[in-house]
Amino acid sequence: MKRHPKELGRIHRRFSRRALVLGGLQAGFVGTLAMRMRYMQVDQADQFRLLAEENRINIRLIPPTRGEIYDRNGQIIGRNIPSYRIVIVREDAGDVEKVIANLSQLIPLSEEELERARTEMRRSAPFLPVTLADQVTWEDISKVAVNAPALPGITPEVGSTRVYPQYEDFAHVVGYVGPVSDYDLSQMTDPEPVLHIPRFQIGKVGLEAKQEGELRGKAGAKRVEVNATGRIMRELDRQEGQAGADLQLSMDADLQQYVQARLGGESAAAVVLDCETGDLRAICSSPSFDPNLFVRGISVADYRALTEDNYRPLANKTVQGTYPPGSTFKMITAMAALEAGTVGPGETVYCPGFLKVGSRRFHCWKRGGHGYVDLLNSLKRSCDVYYYDQALKVGIDKISDMARMFGLGVKHDLPMSAVAEGLAPNRDWKLRVHDEEWLVGDTANASIGQGFMLASPLQLAVMAARIATGREVSPRLVKSVNGIEQPSGAGEELPINKNNLRQLRKAMYAVSNDRRGTAYRSRIIAEGYRMAGKTGTSQVRNITAAERAAGVIRNEDLPWERRDHALFVCFAPYDNPKYAVSVVVEHGGGGSKAAAPVARDVMLQALYGGTPPLEAYPAGDRERIKAQQQRLERDQRPKARPGEKDRA
Amino acid sequence: MSYLEYTVKSTPSGYRKLFHMNWPLTLLLISVAGVGFLMLYSVAGGSFTPWAEPQIERFGMGLVAMFVVAMVPIWFWRNMSTLAYLLGIALLIVVAQFGEEGKGAQRWINLGFMRLQPSEVMKISVVMMLAAYYDWLPENRTSRPLWVLLPVILILLPTALVLKQPDLGTSLLIMMAGGGVMFLAGVHWAYFAAVIAAGMGLLTAVFKSRGTDWQLLKDYQYRRIDTFLDPSTDPLGAGYHITQSKIALGSGGWNGRGFMQGTQSRLNFLPEKHTDFIFTTLAEEFGFVGGFSLLVLYSLILIFCLFTALATKDRFSSLVTLGISLNFFLFFAVNMSMVMGLAPVVGVPLPMVSYGGSAMLVLMAAFGIVQSAHIHRPR
Repeated sequence: MKRHPKELGRIHRRFSRRALVLGGLQAGFVGTLAMRMRYMQVDQADQFRLLAEENRINIRLIPPTRGEIYDRNGQIIGRNIPSYRIVIVREDAGDVEKVIANLSQLIPLSEEELERARTEMRRSAPFLPVTLADQVTWEDISKVAVNAPALPGITPEVGSTRVYPQYEDFAHVVGYVGPVSDYDLSQMTDPEPVLHIPRFQIGKVGLEAKQEGELRGKAGAKRVEVNATGRIMRELDRQEGQAGADLQLSMDADLQQYVQARLGGESAAAVVLDCETGDLRAICSSPSFDPNLFVRGISVADYRALTEDNYRPLANKTVQGTYPPGSTFKMITAMAALEAGTVGPGETVYCPGFLKVGSRRFHCWKRGGHGYVDLLNSLKRSCDVYYYDQALKVGIDKISDMARMFGLGVKHDLPMSAVAEGLAPNRDWKLRVHDEEWLVGDTANASIGQGFMLASPLQLAVMAARIATGREVSPRLVKSVNGIEQPSGAGEELPINKNNLRQLRKAMYAVSNDRRGTAYRSRIIAEGYRMAGKTGTSQVRNITAAERAAGVIRNEDLPWERRDHALFVCFAPYDNPKYAVSVVVEHGGGGSKAAAPVARDVMLQALYGGTPPLEAYPAGDRERIKAQQQRLERDQRPKARPGEKDRA
Repeated sequence: MSYLEYTVKSTPSGYRKLFHMNWPLTLLLISVAGVGFLMLYSVAGGSFTPWAEPQIERFGMGLVAMFVVAMVPIWFWRNMSTLAYLLGIALLIVVAQFGEEGKGAQRWINLGFMRLQPSEVMKISVVMMLAAYYDWLPENRTSRPLWVLLPVILILLPTALVLKQPDLGTSLLIMMAGGGVMFLAGVHWAYFAAVIAAGMGLLTAVFKSRGTDWQLLKDYQYRRIDTFLDPSTDPLGAGYHITQSKIALGSGGWNGRGFMQGTQSRLNFLPEKHTDFIFTTLAEEFGFVGGFSLLVLYSLILIFCLFTALATKDRFSSLVTLGISLNFFLFFAVNMSMVMGLAPVVGVPLPMVSYGGSAMLVLMAAFGIVQSAHIHRPR
């Protein structure tokens, strides 16, 4: 806008005046800053330099003690023991190579470790300690302490390291810890300072990693006065950190050990679930590995042996492995049909050995067929045609929903690594993932747990527990944190008809107690401990028409990786279910032969809380079982496990 | 005098604009940024990654932005002021809705190639808005209550939005910069006296309200004030920063420990050593000489801005120039006070030196406006 020249002059004068006032204020403040800087850096410099150097007040972090892990009876699964290491401070050592040479005459030093230390020394500040030897024995530490005058700059340090006294039994559950790596740090948005401490251990896999927040605790700090050489003169004050929380697992270490031994190095998995609380009593993946190897830093050769093993010891088959559930899925198909009302428990279906779906024949495992079968007989003898028929009537979507209700195809919330979701497919899923219409044949395959269907051993155990109780049991691994009981996994009543469920259980009872049941040979005869179960044999290959024509090929004649998976799910006691067990033996052949006996032994061990009496077994088996029990007891390591001695 | 009143022809045009730039200011900015690169290199332990290299790239972008902005006539920027202000407000609202959280506050908008902090933009837009306002307002109305109320609202709106993020430091800076422009525009002394009195009252209320239901600040903000008043109460917690920062700074002495020889800032787990606390590294490694030199560089920047502001007769140019220079002053004054233990720890970076892209870019663009005012000043 147009301004009068007079006004302009006034504006400009006022602006100049005010600008100079503001400039003056700014100059004053800059002056204050300069004075303050001078005061701190010149007048008080000595004092601050003293604080910084001659008597540097350092704040040293006190690493928190990691929480320990126990089983439900208080047996130790993961604990901390003191570990000694030898460090060198470059600026105190003077001639580093000479000091190292002196040291190597006293104690063994690995050339590899030394090379790493030299590189680290080149990069880090001269006053920072660099580790020369880790995991040093007490004797070696004493030697160094006695010879201290000849070893300037060398100090023994005590730290703490993790050990797993149960060795491979809990490797998959608890996982292991390891030193923080650069990669770990890069994955964190705001790493706590304590993570920068060299060799600080954090959970890498499994429970140790998943519950890291609880196990780690909070670092404390101490203010120490250190002299110019970096030696701590005295401690001024300290703020104790908070030790990590102790975790008590729902698991039973003795049972776990038994199950691990019973699986005997087969590529297999077994889960024991408490039906009432959802507590995981045992959860074994076989073969396993010794987690202590990873804590110390596994050698290349050991690691290669683990990764190249066909049986995949590093994989946690219980939660991470998913398998076609095979006939163990028939309970779900039956339940879906019963709930939908498309079949009654007593209604029969004729099985001629196959069912024609469109132009394709879906075969029953028994070529001659089972004749007329109802629910009980079809499950007992594992007739496939009955389930093809039911599934086609009720449709895949209802079956899929039922599977999810029983815990298949849903991810259970467990603090373990790589918990698999499995797969209970339906029409939407196939359209979404494969971009194809769902076919009737897919339904037939799914009805007997083949095709797209996938479940982990954990999910199968959950399914068995839910069938046994009619409740939405969910698995629980951590029983209490620092003595605080965690919520139980008992769950709500499932919204299904109780009578249908009763009929289903009755049929499962027949599977292992009726003379013609597929698991009759693996029955329990102790009264009150009777078991109900279901076998499963899932194909990992398609049987070609040519093979079918040539006659059934026996599993034993196939290479290992093409043999069928053997599965068994069960619960017991039948009238008052306490435990649900699932067993999967990879490429083990038939479920009744390879999986059911294992499940029966595990179940008995759990029910009796120790070695069961031979009377619980059918009379004909007792001799064989006795020999097996003796063998297993011999195989299991003694209960009192060395932890500390082993470290030496 | 408004730009309409002098002949546009008398201002340089085309490439000749380059000769009429405020070159001393440009060189000063480059040297301050250079100090920043040096310190970031040192803090990273003698490495261009992870900080120095991206910082150099961003400074390059900032320099380009400054030249581009400088080439555009100042009257264009005057006309853009309202738009810039509205855009700033809109961004603040967007960030409140969809912004990314960082350290418990919603401050960022992710643009893909960089993360924009709308509160940074706002600091400059407020100054532009107010300068344009006073350029338009007849002089005799400057101190009339209604015409004072309007700019106050213009200042308080973004202040409130930034305070909600919550970012106390930046909201105070916006308020002070806005207030500064009003002061320069010639608003009557009495208003400032009243505001200062009210501020004192509020301060009392803040302390009195602590622990009651109507507590005015967040707990962490109270703790920061506590530790500022007495760092030794919590040497391991919040006071840690101040104590460590003072030790590092003080131990630098007269001429410091030498480049890359600082122990304190490297040894300790001093957080934000590459952003808010970078001055401690400078002061430790180059001592009083280094720290004071930086202060001199900063002061020279202020002085050259003052020259530009006094040399032009265009009201918008002079107000916006001093507003931007005031902003710049507040930045480094608050940051240095903080590291020297004269002010509580608020998250304000050291301008042109601390690591951070959007702050630097916005500041360089703002200096572009100062340059434009200088080039296109009525002669």
